[in-house]
Amino acid sequence: MLGRTADSLYWMARYLERAENTARLLAGTYRMSLLPVDDVGTNHSWENLFISDLEKRAFLENQQAFVPAAVITYLALDLENPASIAASIRAARENVRATRHVLTAELWESINQTWLEIRAMTYADIQEMGPYEFFEWVKERSHLFLGIVHGTMRRGEAYDFWRLGTYLERAENTARLMLAKSESFQRPESRQENAIDFYQWGTLLRSVNAYKTYREIYRGAPEPRKVAELMVFTPDMPRSLRSCIDEVFEILNRVRRDAPCAQKADILRARLVAGRVDRLFRSGLEKYLTEFRTSANGLSFQIQIDFMMVR
Amino acid sequence: MMAAKKRPSVTKTSLPFDEMQLSGGGVRNAYGAYADWLQTTPPEVLSRKHAQADILFRRLGITFTVYGQDEGTERMIPFDIIPRILDAAEWSHLERGCIQRVDAINAFLHDIYHDQEIIRAGIVPAELALANVAFQPQMFGVDMPNKVYAHIAGVDLVRVGEKDFYVLEDNARTPSGVSYMLENRQTMMRLFPDLFAKHAVAPVDRYADHLLANLQAVAPVGVDDPTVVLMTPGVHNSAYFEHAFLAMEMGIELVEGQDLFVGENGVYMRTTEGPQRVDVIYRRIDDEFMDPLAFNPTSMLGVPGILAAVRNGWVTLTNAIGTGVADDKATYVYVPEMIRFYLGEEPLLNNVPTYMLRNPDDLKYTLDNLADLVVKEVHGSGGYGMLVGPSSTKKEVEGFRQRILKRPENYIAQPTLALSTCPTFVDSGVAPRHVDLRPFVLSGKQTRVMPGGLTRVAMKEGSLVVNSSQGGGTKDTWVLRG
Repeated sequence: MLGRTADSLYWMARYLERAENTARLLAGTYRMSLLPVDDVGTNHSWENLFISDLEKRAFLENQQAFVPAAVITYLALDLENPASIAASIRAARENVRATRHVLTAELWESINQTWLEIRAMTYADIQEMGPYEFFEWVKERSHLFLGIVHGTMRRGEAYDFWRLGTYLERAENTARLMLAKSESFQRPESRQENAIDFYQWGTLLRSVNAYKTYREIYRGAPEPRKVAELMVFTPDMPRSLRSCIDEVFEILNRVRRDAPCAQKADILRARLVAGRVDRLFRSGLEKYLTEFRTSANGLSFQIQIDFMMVR
Repeated sequence: MMAAKKRPSVTKTSLPFDEMQLSGGGVRNAYGAYADWLQTTPPEVLSRKHAQADILFRRLGITFTVYGQDEGTERMIPFDIIPRILDAAEWSHLERGCIQRVDAINAFLHDIYHDQEIIRAGIVPAELALANVAFQPQMFGVDMPNKVYAHIAGVDLVRVGEKDFYVLEDNARTPSGVSYMLENRQTMMRLFPDLFAKHAVAPVDRYADHLLANLQAVAPVGVDDPTVVLMTPGVHNSAYFEHAFLAMEMGIELVEGQDLFVGENGVYMRTTEGPQRVDVIYRRIDDEFMDPLAFNPTSMLGVPGILAAVRNGWVTLTNAIGTGVADDKATYVYVPEMIRFYLGEEPLLNNVPTYMLRNPDDLKYTLDNLADLVVKEVHGSGGYGMLVGPSSTKKEVEGFRQRILKRPENYIAQPTLALSTCPTFVDSGVAPRHVDLRPFVLSGKQTRVMPGGLTRVAMKEGSLVVNSSQGGGTKDTWVLRG
């Protein structure tokens, strides 16, 4: 396969996964915003969707304040914002367009249809259908893509690069989601017991489809340490950092065991396998997640060097 | 030789030839069953099918890019649900005529880049070939496998009478449109399965197989299992959809210039597993952009050194570099002579009488009759830079006159042909619209034509311009088995 084709497949998968995760992030925040305002403050939680000063500044260049209408417009529909759902879908579509000769027709039709629909949407449309229904629609579309890929694509190189992009992006987003809530994770135990926190953790778990899993594994009401353990270290939780990196490692180890990217994946995975939640909280969750994101970015870059920049 | 100009058998006053209706009532042989169906099908059904076709094409993303508008604007070519139908006898004539023409063009190209016998015989003037901007001296003496240069050609035909077909041009560089031929058929079969059950329509879907076999057949000598790739200028090219479509249908890589490099004794593509040798490149990039070392030095689309690789016989480019010398509008005039010279046959298809405005007599005649003629740039394509006298305003005609006077050698003129019309589904219902036909001719070990081709239709009433860049649409073309 051409290195350029591999690159497009990889990024297409990342953009699609990003669109779904942005919808999940927004859905969770939206659900929280429907609760009575507490000391956390509704607007504050919308602001937390932007996890760096850089992102906040970019937002404020376009919008006045961190209010729901502005944030949803910016993160869902604004094509000027490269991280928005619509821009992600557009970027994914451009990459599908560049590789449609190796993809199935169903996949192209599905992404093209989604782009045509979201391109025509306004915030008024989202309000009319209900924000929650909109986020569900994005998730359903993403599930449809994954289903089509799973059901129609040959298990070859194209499929591998698709999966690499999907799992690295998913890991990145789970880390991001936790960073957006890192303050709550770090709050003293004594303050964890109010009703808002109960909803907070429930919402976070639902954002990664892990609410039921949590109940099955831990029983009882969500606690921050257990939530973190589930989202970081649990190998059979599909959106945990560990399970995503397991997938990435499996692919690279099979495709090119001696490549630098396979070694980087090995190291990243080994750290997750050996990690324990107490140590994680002792050294600081935010620090850990930030380091993870740096390593994951390094891995992504190495994959591009090893496969996509053949000279 | 060009002085004796036979006027085509049409005048502006007579009605154009209708593909379906006989002038005295009734319908032509090929349309018998279809006309019955059309008659008994309620307009609402046609409307619904039309809307369904629109959705299908949009979902499939069958688009082309219009230059000169917003960067990367994708538009759909209007698709008409009423097919253009030819019977077996009509087709057989066209098929033989197209093969004859392309065989002669390939012989001409081999000759012009080798011994130039046709010039020495005094049939084609030397300056016409050798001073032609499309002539590539670097190809001189290069031997192409099977002596084929124009591996893929699209012959544009128009019909003015029962047996009267004219060739408008021979597209021997990088003709496009074949994906529409294939997708139009797919769409029609999806929308009207019952009609296909009633008609024995010759299938076109083996096109990609034949194309791949042809490309493999012209690999450099000694290569057993050639690697074939399709080379595109990229996603922003107007025909990108077609490039991707054909690459997928053939199961070959779709490469851009940046994916290829000339290395030791060959051309290689950059793959995830390192460099891989390439033997045949079906390129959809114009000559001038193929090699920045040999042609346009600013081209980012090409591959430095690829012309040297061709000359060394390391790789086959299809179509060959320099085929443009055979298909420009000045060389066109000589194709009937080429057929006689190389094949010893009489041409089966007519050439449109053509006035070469570099000849003072022709120039004078043209300027005197500008409002009745079609004037084209010698190297123009896509319907850009042309004048259709009868459908232009006085002001447009006068404007064009000034352009001609500045560079008369840059233009040719032809009488306005009354292109045949075919029933077409438009806003007001079913109405006749002018059509042309582009059959696709493949040359490799043997020359063959897919039964059918791309029928283009001018959607505007009375318009004679069928180019998609000028608002033309397409139809499925049915060739009925005898």
